[in-house]
Amino acid sequence: MAEELLRVEHLKKSYQSKEVLHDINFAIHKGEVVALLGSSGSGKSTLIRTLNGLEDYQGGTITFAGETVHPSKATWLALRQRIGMVFQSYDLFPNLSVLDNILLGPLKVQHRSRAEAEEDARKLLASVNLADYADRYPRQLSGGQKQRIAIVRALALHPEMMLFDEVTASLDPEMVRGVLDIMTDLAKRDMTMIVVTHEMNFAREVADRVLFLSDGEILEDRQTAEFFAHPATKRAQEFLASMEF
Amino acid sequence: MLASGIKVLFAGQNMQRLLGGFLVTLRVAIIVLILGGILGVLLGALRTLHNRPLRIILRIYLEIFRIVPTVVLLFVAYYILPQTFGLNLPGEEVAVLVFTLWTAAEMSDIVRGALESVPVHQKESGLAIGLTQAQLFRYVLIPQAIPVALPGTINLATRIIKTTSLLLMISVMDIVNVGQTLVEANGHKNPSAAFWIYGMMFILYYILCAPLSQWAKRVEKKRLERANG
Repeated sequence: MAEELLRVEHLKKSYQSKEVLHDINFAIHKGEVVALLGSSGSGKSTLIRTLNGLEDYQGGTITFAGETVHPSKATWLALRQRIGMVFQSYDLFPNLSVLDNILLGPLKVQHRSRAEAEEDARKLLASVNLADYADRYPRQLSGGQKQRIAIVRALALHPEMMLFDEVTASLDPEMVRGVLDIMTDLAKRDMTMIVVTHEMNFAREVADRVLFLSDGEILEDRQTAEFFAHPATKRAQEFLASMEF
Repeated sequence: MLASGIKVLFAGQNMQRLLGGFLVTLRVAIIVLILGGILGVLLGALRTLHNRPLRIILRIYLEIFRIVPTVVLLFVAYYILPQTFGLNLPGEEVAVLVFTLWTAAEMSDIVRGALESVPVHQKESGLAIGLTQAQLFRYVLIPQAIPVALPGTINLATRIIKTTSLLLMISVMDIVNVGQTLVEANGHKNPSAAFWIYGMMFILYYILCAPLSQWAKRVEKKRLERANG
């Protein structure tokens, strides 16, 4: 089995006095694709945001690439270049062209040369079939196109792991496929990914493993096929029965 | 007879003096707009940070400058600074100081509102690509806040121009003070002089403020059109 990339141990997260994540434990190996499933309010978005330093946590440890994360601003600034994240709202920066959106991280955060970063960005754009859109502005694009570019913007930093937080949830149905195809393609190229999604067919097709969350707890951590064929807990059975796919 | 007063406007150095006063008005307004604008942007940015004591202090500062009439602040600075602190500044500098602090307070509120109008998702996706707080402001938040802040800022500029008329109160020879002096000197001989002198002041203020006001309206309309697709 490949090397371990991320390990989460006894992670706890509270808002004021209310604990929303209880004793979360899991590990992810390089190249693995993990689907984080659960009904809304189960804590899956909170969990994935914690892994990119957008939410703080009150207990437990996160280990990334063999190093324990000491939560501080500086740590997360450095780690965010290695852990990419894409969100539900396709939030490209409206004041920047598509190309400048993609180049912001490589140029200002990683201080790469413009020529090299731009060549890289154009290649990435071509890989999502948007090569001709480099000079457009976000307002001229459809939701699906924006989301594909948001993925490219995260990939431009060459992260070792990608986090996807319900990236197709606010897209028109006809746009969903294009975005999922890009994620499938990434998975095939051995990108390590954690995907929060409501697209059950996609999760079943692409994920190696499923983490099933309910009320801030991981109830199941199983191989994908097993999870879908024989969910062990009643909660998971009810959840799968409620999803249309 | 109304028409006879127009002679006063062109007699001697009167026109030059009026325009000279107008230049003082303009100079004070421009310096105040620049200094107050810069200070206001900084304070406005600070007010968006999650630092409670800082937010409260800056809020109190804003409220004081908003609640107390500017003319009172001006008198306080003009008469109390020299008495209490032994600081003897020329009237124009006192005015620049007071108007700058007032402008910065108003500007900080415009900037805070504009920065907070940028959706939180924008901030998070900036953080997610590894931007520092300063880079986030520079490349993401400020460029998006400018179109929102611009109409309010232009309107503030016209308010600054109009507020400079208070310079009269502390004996600075701005256009109002010059005009007043001319009216007092000529009024008894030529009662209609006041009409022409104040009319001239009206025109000068108008050609300065009306385009600004139109510009603010146009910018706001364009922004709304763009925002609503």
